[in-house]
Amino acid sequence: MPTQPAHETTRPTPRGETPAAPGPSSTPTFARDEVARVLAERESWTAKELAEALARLPRRKAAFETDSGIPIPDVVDPALLGGFDHVRDVGFPGRYPFTRGPQPTMYRGRLWTMRQFAGFGSPEDTNGRFKYLLKHGMHGLSTAFDMPALMGYDPDHPMSRGEVGKEGVSVATLRDFEVLFDGIPLGDVTTSMTINATASIALAMYVAVGEKQGVPRAKLGGTIQNDMLKEYIAQKEWVVGPRPAVRIVCDMIDWCARELPRFNPVSVSGYHIREAGATAVQELAFTLADGIEYVQQCVERGLDVDAFAQRLSFFWDVHNDFFEEVAKFRAARRIWARTMKERFGAKRTESLLLRTHAQTAGVSLTAQQPYNNVVRTALQAFAAVLGGTQSLHTNSLDETYALPTEEAVTIALRTQQIIAFESGADRVVDPLAGSYYVEWLTAEMEKRALEHLRRIDEMGGMTRAVEEGYPQREIAESAWRYQRAIEQGERLVVGVNTLRSDGDAPIPILKIDETVARAQVDRVRAVRAERSAEQVKERLAGVERACREGTNVMPPILEAVKAYASLGEISDVFRKVWGAYREDGRF
Amino acid sequence: MSTARPLRILVAKPGLDGHDRGAKIIARALRDAGFEVIYTGLHQTPEMIVAAALQEDADAVGLSIMSGAHMTLFPAIVDLLKEKGAGEVTVFGGGIIPQDDVPRLKQLGVAEVFLPGSSTQTIVEWIRENVRPGVAAA
Repeated sequence: MPTQPAHETTRPTPRGETPAAPGPSSTPTFARDEVARVLAERESWTAKELAEALARLPRRKAAFETDSGIPIPDVVDPALLGGFDHVRDVGFPGRYPFTRGPQPTMYRGRLWTMRQFAGFGSPEDTNGRFKYLLKHGMHGLSTAFDMPALMGYDPDHPMSRGEVGKEGVSVATLRDFEVLFDGIPLGDVTTSMTINATASIALAMYVAVGEKQGVPRAKLGGTIQNDMLKEYIAQKEWVVGPRPAVRIVCDMIDWCARELPRFNPVSVSGYHIREAGATAVQELAFTLADGIEYVQQCVERGLDVDAFAQRLSFFWDVHNDFFEEVAKFRAARRIWARTMKERFGAKRTESLLLRTHAQTAGVSLTAQQPYNNVVRTALQAFAAVLGGTQSLHTNSLDETYALPTEEAVTIALRTQQIIAFESGADRVVDPLAGSYYVEWLTAEMEKRALEHLRRIDEMGGMTRAVEEGYPQREIAESAWRYQRAIEQGERLVVGVNTLRSDGDAPIPILKIDETVARAQVDRVRAVRAERSAEQVKERLAGVERACREGTNVMPPILEAVKAYASLGEISDVFRKVWGAYREDGRF
Repeated sequence: MSTARPLRILVAKPGLDGHDRGAKIIARALRDAGFEVIYTGLHQTPEMIVAAALQEDADAVGLSIMSGAHMTLFPAIVDLLKEKGAGEVTVFGGGIIPQDDVPRLKQLGVAEVFLPGSSTQTIVEWIRENVRPGVAAA
């Protein structure tokens, strides 16, 4: 049953529409006669200086575009900004529409959180890497889990063969979580967990560890990625199909709003959508569409938008096109704030804020000349900071080969620290505001993203759009075009299709010990042998009941993990109730 | 003299790795190059891949893997093909595979490994030069 106060009746909530951007302002920042003057000047410049220059030296290319394909004019000036209104469209940080940032002081109040994604091997291995990173100045934890955990399999399941501990830390029961966070005070450190199909189980285990440490739930801070829509679109981790998966996401949003006020129950993610091949515009649109869908679903089950919206967080990719990325962050905040206010009627400021984590683009890194990746990551990280991210992960130079070595991840962390302490970007708020190019690009991206959002609204929302394969097709098409552009030399990648070298000196690579799999299999079997089989059976039945009856799954899952039911066993309950999901072989 | 039929290539995603951007691009590039392509979709076990290869009369199987499980899954597929009497099916692959692992994979029967940065053109040409159509069943 949806949770709602007894005195409120469930109003049917018709699907709203994503509101359009406001048109030209009646109080534009650049007065009409000034715009006319600039336009006249531009026209004469085009006819004179530009024409003369082009006669001597043609442009290097027929057309210049951003990475998303937005054509870039010869020059951007106030006349191109149309009815731009600084107060209405840009405003002030911490004030609607939050283009300049969600907080009034931004980094002058608090730096972004340096939060490096980490996880490999056994819980002991990852606990060690966590402590290393915290010792070297990282502010908060970010946990990578292995494919078996992400896909709902225990280490001893046949599907886990060869995969245990390879892409992240192996976990199966609460025992693994206890080891993972051993010696780490959950009341003092915030933790992000990148897990989706089995997020409910991971969160329950985290809460249980907090309880064992004596930390009150209200003090537990962090984020769980838990964004299932993007899984069907891009990351492709699932146990069951989209509809039950989204239901579980909403159960968690609801439960966290009541039980874990400092925890972000979803990180609505663009990163994976982008890495799968989307352009920045598509990333912007599809991610916001996912967020809108979660809000819509929660509101439809009777939740008050102002009760949960403030804890929805986001996660952007930061790719190579520096200015486009900055514009993307700004456009995202503006579209989200307007949508929350006008479509969902959110009243509290906190409900309108788009707070985000960011990660530099893994897909932009090269295997060739790997040290170049340090430079790519630095530029991308700088874009994220100028874009106003709240939290940041920088990739390591060796990640086209393997998970990062200690040395490589230290350089990645230092990259953030040098930006924070040496570059000056920490002292100023939204420094690119007012740049004609950046404001124009922010508006262009907003406009193009809104076109996608309108189309998705017409399809009936993002769950429907995903079922129909719309974002998946768009992404596959963009990925194909990107690869074509590289192979035809239109898009240059240093070291790969230009400026190649004969061979690179080998770099150290992290190898995952094959003994990890054995140890994790032994551990889960030992836990299964030690626990009360009867109690586990009862608790799993409780999970199944909640799944079938539509009551919130989190309380019975928490009870199950405390009895040391395994992640695979709880996932099997989901499979039993809803069936295991399979994707077709479309390409 | 037989009419050269198009080569049949099975593109497969073994294991739990869901990163299919590369596999889908390869599949499309191979199709555009005139091969007949079957894409298995995600989360395939070695058994499922080999069954598909046999069912589809594949001349070659291309494996895409980013998850680090290649040293387990690639040889498992090579061995199972041999076991099922399909040892002439060429197995090739790509993904996130350290250079150091390539010689061992080749020893174990993987014909070629295409590392990050490989172009689709390189892969198409390699297939044309190295994959022979299987002996068609009567």
